[in-house]
Amino acid sequence: MKNILILGATSAIAERFAQRYANQDCRFYLVSRNQIRLDNVADDLRVRGAKDVITESLDLTETSGHNHFMTSVIGRLEHIDIALIAYGSLSNQPACEGDSELSLKELNTNCLSVISLLTLLANVFEKQASGCIAVISSVAGDRGRQSNYIYGTAKGALTIFLQGLRNRLDRKGVHVLTIKPGFVDTPMTQDFKKGLLWVSPKSIAKGIENAIKRKKDTVYLPFFWRYIMLIIKFIPERIFKRMSL
Amino acid sequence: MKHGASWGRYPTVEQDTIPLYWRDQPLPDKPSMLAYGQGRSYGDVCLNDGAVILPTANLQRFIQFDSDKGILRAEAGVTLAQILSLVMPKGWFLAVTPGTKFVSLGGAVANDVHGKNHHRAGSFGCHVSAFELLRSDGQRLLCSPEQNEDWFKATIGGLGLTGLISWVEIKLKPITSFHIDQQVCCFANLEEFLALNDVMERDWEYTVAWIDCLAKGRKLGRGLYMAGNHADDKELAIKTIDEPALTMPVDAPGFLLNRYTVKSFNTLYYQKPRKHVSNVHYDSYFYPLDKIAHWNRMYGKRGFFQYQCVIPMAKSQHALSQILQAIAKSGQASFLSVVKKFGENLPPGLLSFPRPGITLAMDMANRGDKTLRLLDQLDEITMQNNGAVYPAKDARMSGLAYKSYYPEWQTFSQYIDPKFSSSFWRRVTSSTGQQ
Repeated sequence: MKNILILGATSAIAERFAQRYANQDCRFYLVSRNQIRLDNVADDLRVRGAKDVITESLDLTETSGHNHFMTSVIGRLEHIDIALIAYGSLSNQPACEGDSELSLKELNTNCLSVISLLTLLANVFEKQASGCIAVISSVAGDRGRQSNYIYGTAKGALTIFLQGLRNRLDRKGVHVLTIKPGFVDTPMTQDFKKGLLWVSPKSIAKGIENAIKRKKDTVYLPFFWRYIMLIIKFIPERIFKRMSL
Repeated sequence: MKHGASWGRYPTVEQDTIPLYWRDQPLPDKPSMLAYGQGRSYGDVCLNDGAVILPTANLQRFIQFDSDKGILRAEAGVTLAQILSLVMPKGWFLAVTPGTKFVSLGGAVANDVHGKNHHRAGSFGCHVSAFELLRSDGQRLLCSPEQNEDWFKATIGGLGLTGLISWVEIKLKPITSFHIDQQVCCFANLEEFLALNDVMERDWEYTVAWIDCLAKGRKLGRGLYMAGNHADDKELAIKTIDEPALTMPVDAPGFLLNRYTVKSFNTLYYQKPRKHVSNVHYDSYFYPLDKIAHWNRMYGKRGFFQYQCVIPMAKSQHALSQILQAIAKSGQASFLSVVKKFGENLPPGLLSFPRPGITLAMDMANRGDKTLRLLDQLDEITMQNNGAVYPAKDARMSGLAYKSYYPEWQTFSQYIDPKFSSSFWRRVTSSTGQQ
């Protein structure tokens, strides 16, 4: 039996991800803020064949609770096969520009609190010397752009943290996966106008499962974002600074 | 506002989209809303021009499955395909299934869909044991044959107008195989069809016939009768398709489908040598068109119409001959014309379409006025013979015709949520065409 820990389990991508594993002899430990919605997700996974589903409602951005939380996770799952970190918030860039408190809050949600959890998780995985830590970062972290650089900063820092973590844990047999989705049609992006580049959370979930199976280091989802971001990264700064991306 | 259309791609509308994600979520505060499942109805029952639709595709969670009793509760956006992948390996099947499995559970209830076993099982609504109806004032009504019975009857076949169906509980039927034993035979005309049907219905759970609607004179109403039963070969481990394997990537040019190409197809199809008895996969028996995503593009950019009517038994032979003659005379080709006898089961919903009689369904490329005139002519025949036309497939019937087919519409009106509406409903109940 596989033990899967999902932080941010009511996010659309995380939910589709869990559904893919539900009939693969798995036990889930799901964490998110809203207990009613956690129950909705848990019931669904049970019907789809999950062996066991544990739920815990917790605000993961409150880093003071992380130590206690990890102790309870280890107490209930003796071994973690996959840990997926999927929570986050799409920062309102113009609002952040006028409010430093808000900027810091967004950085905490999308980066600092995740790094706090990863620090604790890394030690668990290092000790068990196996398993996969998969974290949802973003293509937004590949280059700072005027339209969303607070979110981009958080995801960029997270990506670098994961590089370091991978470098440390690879020799211990732990797989660290950085997931960089492009535009995904989820509640987080509900107000955006959707075009050709948008994909469903279901297809992202499938991409994550494949990347875990193939032990990829970094995966762009869908794959073409690797090339889009390659081009964006190649634009010289003196030209880039005048563009409005 | 976003561009919207349903499966028939006619009409096209401009509407706002507010997707729903959780069943505990309150409805948005908008003056005119309509739930939208998979958009597989053909006309405008799933559209809300100038207003708001609430896509339910993300309400796709299962809630409870009793695999001993075959009772499943799921959110309304779950598709029948998702249900089949879950329940078939455990020996269960949908008690009633329409011709595509890519429809939502909520849509199946709201249109009270039917299948090839109507003569035995009735319509989809006959197997719904409960659902929750969320009204725009925040009220959540638990509806079943015992509780809020009037809301239950109004919502089954109620075209999504009574509020949002948030979850549905259905009763499944036990099976022991993924396979269907199929038998195919020819009939030369309508009379032969009716005689053959009387015999076949006794031994076969699923019955349907394809009809060559371009044949004239002595051959009028010739076709192929296809009967099926669930096989008993204990084969429950076959792979099922969740998504279509092929896709129609672009619109076909309009000239491809004309009376000559369809006539050749029909003649060849009628005369194609085939095994009379065979054992086939359930997907190819129930859902032959699901293999091709976007098959509706075959009809080109202008889209197409479906016309499905039911005529009471006593008048059926006469009325169907008239309809087939009118179509043959107009030369407006239909690839897929099917006939089926509905059983005597009382319809479960106030506005359910299936009722005792013979039903005929066909699709027709949209050739503008010419096609609309032909369809009006078919409505004349259906009205004269006390028949009815299926709203889920309609994009053009007049208010006059609708009200004659569904005299209960006024009783139904009191159950409509004040903040729910649809393009279809405004079309058939607007003052023009009122008696």
